[in-house]
Amino acid sequence: MSSLKMPKVDRQTLKNKSKIVDDISAFTKKVNILSESEELKPYETDGLAAYKQTPMLVVLPESTNEVSKILSYCNKNKIKVVPRGAGTGLAGSALPLADCILLGLGKFNKIKEIDYNNRCVVAQPGVTNLSITHAVQDKGFYYAPDPSSQMACSIGGNVAENSGGVHSLKYGTTTNNILGVEAVLMDGTITRIGGKVFDAPGYDLLGLITGSEGLLCVITEVTVKILKKPDTAKAILLGFPSIEDAGNSVMEIISNGIIPAGMEIMDKVLLEATNNFSKAGYPLEAEAMLIVELDGTKSEVEELIKKVAEICKQNKCTSVKISKSDEERSKFWSGRKAAFPACGEMAPDYYCVDGTIPRSKLAKVLREITKLSKKYKLPVANAFHAGDGNLHPIIMFDANDKISLEKTEKFGEDILKLCVKYGGVLSGEHGIGIEKRELMCEMFNNNDIQQQISIKNSLDPSSLLNPGKVYPILRKCAEEGRLHIHGRDKSKFSDIPRF
Amino acid sequence: MEEINQNSQTSLDFNTEKFEPKNEIEIQQIIKFCYKKNLPIEIVGNKTKINIGKKLQCAKTLDMSKFSGIIDYKPEELYITVKAGTPINIIQEELKKNKQHLAFEPVNFSKIFKKNSNEGTVGGTLSCNFSGSRRFKVGSARDHILGFKGFNGKGEKIKSGGTVVKNVTGYDLSKLITGSFGTLLTISELTLKVLPLESEIKTIIVSGLALEHAMGIMGSAISSSNDPSGAVYYPGNLRNNFVFNDLTHPGSITAIRVEGTKLSTEQRINNLIKELVLENKKLTILDSNQSEIFWEDTRSLKAFSINDRNLLRAVVPPSETVNLINRLKTFHPNYFLDWGGSLIWLELDYLSNQKIDQIRERILDANGYLTVIKSPESLKSSSEIFTIDPIKFKISQNIKKSFDPKRIFNPGKMYTGI
Repeated sequence: MSSLKMPKVDRQTLKNKSKIVDDISAFTKKVNILSESEELKPYETDGLAAYKQTPMLVVLPESTNEVSKILSYCNKNKIKVVPRGAGTGLAGSALPLADCILLGLGKFNKIKEIDYNNRCVVAQPGVTNLSITHAVQDKGFYYAPDPSSQMACSIGGNVAENSGGVHSLKYGTTTNNILGVEAVLMDGTITRIGGKVFDAPGYDLLGLITGSEGLLCVITEVTVKILKKPDTAKAILLGFPSIEDAGNSVMEIISNGIIPAGMEIMDKVLLEATNNFSKAGYPLEAEAMLIVELDGTKSEVEELIKKVAEICKQNKCTSVKISKSDEERSKFWSGRKAAFPACGEMAPDYYCVDGTIPRSKLAKVLREITKLSKKYKLPVANAFHAGDGNLHPIIMFDANDKISLEKTEKFGEDILKLCVKYGGVLSGEHGIGIEKRELMCEMFNNNDIQQQISIKNSLDPSSLLNPGKVYPILRKCAEEGRLHIHGRDKSKFSDIPRF
Repeated sequence: MEEINQNSQTSLDFNTEKFEPKNEIEIQQIIKFCYKKNLPIEIVGNKTKINIGKKLQCAKTLDMSKFSGIIDYKPEELYITVKAGTPINIIQEELKKNKQHLAFEPVNFSKIFKKNSNEGTVGGTLSCNFSGSRRFKVGSARDHILGFKGFNGKGEKIKSGGTVVKNVTGYDLSKLITGSFGTLLTISELTLKVLPLESEIKTIIVSGLALEHAMGIMGSAISSSNDPSGAVYYPGNLRNNFVFNDLTHPGSITAIRVEGTKLSTEQRINNLIKELVLENKKLTILDSNQSEIFWEDTRSLKAFSINDRNLLRAVVPPSETVNLINRLKTFHPNYFLDWGGSLIWLELDYLSNQKIDQIRERILDANGYLTVIKSPESLKSSSEIFTIDPIKFKISQNIKKSFDPKRIFNPGKMYTGI
């Protein structure tokens, strides 16, 4: 592993490996315990592939009771546990530790109940995001959060990372779309939080767990809210002579009381790259392009599309193209969804940054990113969920060139600092994991971090569940100076769309 | 916002029973003082919801109502940052100037408890998390808080969240403090998501439906593509609370709200009438003005504000509502339904601990939960106000300890021992 500091390896645990295998085989089938190096290899990394660590063991339990027994055993024997869903996360939250049991939830892959009366689906955590929608779409329903990796990412992982997608402004992220979970605490306690009702009484433990990156509990069941598909959805492609004009249009659309289902801005670099890749019919003469999607009843969508086009024309938009069919709407999005592979064509490697800024700061932040791109001599393409302020600059580099890699790391870090400087946050939807752990001090002071750590301690006093993630371990936030984080390159599963 | 300097001079009189801090420095000093001296504090705003929860006997009261004002409002960024003591109606008035609002329609308890219309503070509203009819569409208060600043039980200033909707940067403490009834933290500042006000509101009222039929209609409406933003049912005995020129039919009220542009609301109303086969029913369509009054009356529980009876709030999966109402008949409650039938407001003449327990048992059987909103003073200390199981009680106790190790904030307000 590179120079990333992780919690101290417990040599005694490693020595006891074969005993631990024997002990755990009392709780789950032997075939569910992987201990040979070739079996462990596939689990050495998640979507942040620059960091690799073979775990001591991989255990793939099949029931909540098994999870409970394994956790209780690990708690008693002070063995670290790293939970893992589909392993598509981009922040390294599921990176194994050398002395850990990697708890894979892949065998929890069933939809347990579809309840149309109460408009919800009860699913095991290993079920993929998209298969929930697939299970209910024949009745016209869908599950709203749509992270771009939705065909591969698991719903349990979505809860752990509070995953979003392009429709978050209108439909919210995971936390706004789940009703309940079954969870197992580090001491083996099984609890049900929420259910098929809104706003369960007492502390909002569902809200606390969602986005906690596997540090507080292991999710063994999720109840999600499903929505009826809108009657009509249309997308509109708008070309602009500058990013500022596109940004101003977004602000004005919102100021006019319109909340589109999705709004995306792409800069010229990305526009050209993606259009070459997917032939989406983008306005190549433009410096920036805005995609706006509106949904609702037919008349409403038509009315609002006209209004959006008018607003954009007043903001110097140079081209307007409205989708005439669902196929054309998908085509409009296809270029955007191909942002990663398209950048992959332009450079040996790319690195996607994830931060959120206030919408009004878009032009300023992008100008500064352009300056940084010149400073580091690394090309960057910009994609921006303009509706909710989530920025995804894609830095292109060559991972085989050590200096290029280091410069990329520094560039990414500078972008995230910019996000915070302009009133935004370090992560919009990928999470903190190990990737941004040390940057937490850019946003929070020591009190803020200590309060969060004390919640962790109250549920996992020995800090055995996914330790070394999210919170800085290199230094206190009050201290001066910065430490370098090493080792990023392009993500694993590069064929999965990301945006 | 004031920066806190622990050495700054203060004019606070620490012997007083009631503190009314005007800035963050004073809030911090008061909490640090109480932490040091082990003095429990009751945190209050405008006291519109003070009767909800267990009765407290605290040495000190921290009245946040003077810590009031809008700090930052960015209509185009869809957020507003306010001090915790700011009244909800002041915020809504400000937002209205830009055709925006707090979309979660906080329940206004002032008519129930105080017999006036002064709404509570934003801090109190978030601390209680009781949200109105738009719940199934836009979420509750907890879905509209983007960030906060506040002081934990040791007097340490902490913050979480920010001003943006997409944020996975550490635990989402904003959700955790929402609905915690002031037992974790003294909130000083809140950033809330705001949304555009829709230009038109229309309400279909179907008169004279029996409960089961009404539940079917509300369920179908919510499960349709017509995007309703409210679905309530008032049985016939509550009909007289609603006097509108256009509402001439007698009997129960099943009301479905749609909001949007003029064209869109008209189309959706027509769709709903067709899809729910309402053509031959006793129908009334309320226009924007009448709709506004109707839903405001629902938000302030008008049907139950005239009498001084006990009030319970039950939430169950909608599929359980009819059965539960039948099982509760033995207690002779008045009731009405919100959230498409998932939220049941119950008004009862006489209440005892035993009765509360029996009602709670039936609600738990229906996979729901009960909150006692209004009950006789004599029951306040002995009855359980909220619903909790032993495992979550233990988890909650641990979380409470991590924020407020000496249990000085509203001790016992939610549960004995928390």
